[in-house]
Amino acid sequence: MKMDSVIEKLMRAARNNPPSDRVPYTFEKRIMARLAGTQPVDLSTWLAVQLWRAVVPCFAVMILLGVWINVGNPIAGNDSSLAEITGELSLDHVVQVATVISSD
Amino acid sequence: MESDDRTIIRAVLGGATERFEELVVKYQPRLFAMARRYARREDEVEDIVQEIFLKSYSKLRSYREEAPFEHWIMRLATYTCYDFLRKHKRNREMTITDLSNPEMDWLDRVGGKEETHVDQSAAKMLVDRLMEGLSPDARLVITLLEIEEKSIKEISVLTGWSLPLVKVRAFRARQQMRKMLTRISPNTYL
Repeated sequence: MKMDSVIEKLMRAARNNPPSDRVPYTFEKRIMARLAGTQPVDLSTWLAVQLWRAVVPCFAVMILLGVWINVGNPIAGNDSSLAEITGELSLDHVVQVATVISSD
Repeated sequence: MESDDRTIIRAVLGGATERFEELVVKYQPRLFAMARRYARREDEVEDIVQEIFLKSYSKLRSYREEAPFEHWIMRLATYTCYDFLRKHKRNREMTITDLSNPEMDWLDRVGGKEETHVDQSAAKMLVDRLMEGLSPDARLVITLLEIEEKSIKEISVLTGWSLPLVKVRAFRARQQMRKMLTRISPNTYL
């Protein structure tokens, strides 16, 4: 108990005597001289931030492409018309085309 | 005030690097006062503050503007001071022969019944000595908790330690201080 009160008194003394906030003359110039010619780039952090920022646009493009494929594009989006197109190419047509090509 | 900081940071990131000086001028008094809590020699204090500014400049892109810049730079400053303590771990054993006369007098007065005139500067010198004998963890947590009177939660944010870890370290730090006081003045406290 006695010890705790001593520690408390010491801490109070430290609180009542805060360290000086005095800054050496032209310290900011020294910092700026050290920084001259460097860019504020932390490559790994910068890359992580850029990738994180790219998430939203990529997601938006993905949704737009999905909508376009399923709704806006009549050929790719309609399975039955695709079947009709391919169905017209019967085996006979293929054989005829192959014969003409080979005869040439 | 905070929007000023953000404007400056955007300008710096946009290429106007000379505007970083405005941030240096604004925050250097606080950072010097903070660094003087952990380092005694003035050249060490200057090195700490310089490192804080160099780090903050190189990591400026990682500042996300979610919290005030002041909080961000103070967290960086706390990490840097902690690194300094770990690199310059002195932790030497202190004995009664290390104490100056005013410090001994202070201990005698505060330990005894007559507590009339307490010499604050002697007490401050004694605190500095005790701090130098503490481990880096203990010194950081005692400074933040007892001297700067920050809450456990604030210390957790500043140091990146979990809340229970801060509590455990604070408890151990007080124990270390008690042990040191007992060692330097056994007659008074035993």
